[in-house]
Amino acid sequence: MTTPTQSASSSTEVAIRVSGLEKSYGSVHAVRGLDLEVHRGEIFAILGPNGAGKTTTIEILEGYRQRDRGSVEVLGIDPGRQRQQLKARVGIVPQQASSDPFLTVEETLQMYAGYYPHPKGIDELLTVVGLQEKRTSRVQRLSGGQQRRLDVAIALVGDPELLFLDEPTTGFDPSARHEAWGVVKSLARLGKTVILTTHYMDEAQNLADRVAVVAGGRVVALGTPDTLGARDVATAEIRFRLGEGPRPPEGLDGETDASGYVHLSSLDVTQTLYDLTRWSLETGVELEGLQVLRPTLEDAYLHLIADVEEMA
Amino acid sequence: MNALRLALRQLRYVNKAFWRNPPAAFFTFAFPLMFLVIFTSLLGHGTVQLGSRSINVSTYYVASMGSFSLISACFTNLALSISFQRDTDILKRLDATPLTRAAYFTSRVLHALFVSILLVVITAAFGAAFYHASVPSGITLVRFLTMLLVGAASFSALGVAATIAVPNANAGPAVVNAMVLPLLFLSGIFIPLGNNAPTWIVWVARIFPIRHFALGMQSGFAGTSFQWSDVLVVGLWGLGALVVAARYFRFEPRR
Ligand SMILES: Nc1ncnc2c1ncn2[C@@H]1O[C@H](COP(=O)(O)OP(=O)(O)OP(=O)(O)O)[C@@H](O)[C@H]1O
Ligand SMILES: [Mg+2]
Repeated sequence: MTTPTQSASSSTEVAIRVSGLEKSYGSVHAVRGLDLEVHRGEIFAILGPNGAGKTTTIEILEGYRQRDRGSVEVLGIDPGRQRQQLKARVGIVPQQASSDPFLTVEETLQMYAGYYPHPKGIDELLTVVGLQEKRTSRVQRLSGGQQRRLDVAIALVGDPELLFLDEPTTGFDPSARHEAWGVVKSLARLGKTVILTTHYMDEAQNLADRVAVVAGGRVVALGTPDTLGARDVATAEIRFRLGEGPRPPEGLDGETDASGYVHLSSLDVTQTLYDLTRWSLETGVELEGLQVLRPTLEDAYLHLIADVEEMA
Repeated sequence: MNALRLALRQLRYVNKAFWRNPPAAFFTFAFPLMFLVIFTSLLGHGTVQLGSRSINVSTYYVASMGSFSLISACFTNLALSISFQRDTDILKRLDATPLTRAAYFTSRVLHALFVSILLVVITAAFGAAFYHASVPSGITLVRFLTMLLVGAASFSALGVAATIAVPNANAGPAVVNAMVLPLLFLSGIFIPLGNNAPTWIVWVARIFPIRHFALGMQSGFAGTSFQWSDVLVVGLWGLGALVVAARYFRFEPRR
C-alpha cells in the first residue's frame, strides 16, 4: 500500500515513466506494451537486438514520435502533448544525427548555445568531449568519431536535466569510449539522469545503474548489470590446469578440455574452492591458473535473447 | 520579439553556411549573373514588342534576369538546401532544440530575401551601366519593391512546399529543376513571349506565378504597365504554398 504522501514524493524521484507503450509503423508492430521506470540521477541502459524497438521508444520519449497507446511521462511532462516545454530540459544524441557541415565546431556549439536559456560554456564543452584541437575545423572535416563527440557536446550544450543517448559511442575508439563513460558518470554525479541504448555490453556493465533488455518491443529483463538474468546466482565455472601428481577425487575432477584445462561447474563456489584447494595443499598437486568465471553480462544477454527467440 | 531575435541570430549561421558551400552559392548567385551577361551580349541589340510597346531586348533581359535571380535564391535554393538539411538529419537535430520552427523558417526566408536583393541590385547596376536600363525610382520603386517582397515571400513558401515532393537529397536537383525550368521558359524568362506566342503557352504563363512576378519586376526596369492583379496572383500562390507546407512539411527524412 502506498499512502498519498509516498506516491507524491516518489513521483518527484521518477524521471521517466512508461506503461503499456505501443507503436506500429504500418504493419510493423515495433513496440508492443513496453513498461519502464527510470529514476532521477540514474544511468539507465537499454539493450536489445537490432529492430527491437529501442530507438522507437526513445524517440517517443523525446517527443519526435507519437505513440499509438500507453502512457508516457518525462520529467512530469507528456512529450506527445507538451514537447516544447521539454525541449530546454533534455539533451539528445540521436542514433543518426548531423549538424551543418559548413560551420566550424565552435560556431556549431555557439549556434546551439543560443537556443537555450542557460547554456554551458563552449570551452568547457570542448574540453569535456576532447575536441579542443578541432575548435576551428569545419564539421565536414571531422572524423566519424569526432562528429559523434560533437553530437555529445551539442546534447550537453543546454545543460539538460535528462540525457537521451541512442548508441552514443558507436564509432569511438577504445580510449574515447572510456573518456565518454567518464563524462556520463560525471553527469550522473551532478544529479542528471541518463538513458542510453548500446550494443556494447562493457558499456552497460561500466556505466549503467540498471539495465533493461528489450526484445520484440517489450522489456524482457530488468536488473543491475551484475544481477541481470540472475547471473549473480547462476552456476559459476572454476577453471584450472593440474600439475604433476594424482587426479582430484570424484566431484572435483570436472571435465578436461583439449588444452588441458579442467572445467568444473559449481553452485557453491566457496565450498568447492575450499575442497579443491585443501586437496591441492594435501597432495601437493598444483592448480595452475586457477580462475573463477561468472557468466558475463554478454552471456546473460545472449541467453535472454535466445530464450525470447525460442518462444517467438 | 524573442522569436525575431532568435531568427536574426540564426540568420548569421545560415549566411555563413551558404557562402561556404561554393557549388550551391555559385548556382544561386553566379548563374543568374552569368545568364544576364550571356543573354544581353548575345541577343541584346534588337527590340522586343510587348503589347503596344517595344523595348530594348537588353532591358528585357535585365528585368527577367532580376526575376530569375529571385526565383533561384528563394525557390530553388531553399528547396534544395532545406531538403538537404532534412535528409541529412540536420533538421531533426534542430527540431530537438527550443529553436522554434517559426524562427528557423524566418531566418531562411530572410536570408533568401537578402541574397535576392543583392542579386537584383547587381543586375540593376549592370543593366544601368552597360545597357542604359532604367533603375526604378519614385512610385515605380514602391510598386517594384512591393512585387519584390511579395515575390520573395511567395517563392520562399513555394520552395519550402517543394521539399515535400523531394523524396531524398540526391533527387533534389532533378525534382526541383523539373518543376521550375519548364515554367521559366513558358513564362518568357529566357525567351520573350512575343505578341504571337501560342495560346497554350500564354495560358500556362497566366496560371503559374512566374510570369506575373516577372511582369511586375519588368515594370520597374522597363516602364511597362504595372498591374496589382499580378501581385495578387503571386501572393495567392504563396499563401497556397504556405498552407500545403504547414500541413505536410516534415523535419525528418522519408525512410
Ligand atoms: N520510420 C519507420 N518506418 C517504418 N518502420 C520503422 C521506422 N522506424 C523503425 N521501424 C521499424 O520498427 C522496428 C523497430 O525499430 P527501432 O529503430 O526502434 O529499433 P532499434 O531497437 O533501435 O534497432 P537498432 O539496434 O538497429 O538501432 C524495426 O522493425 C524497424 O524496421
Ligand atoms: Mg536504434
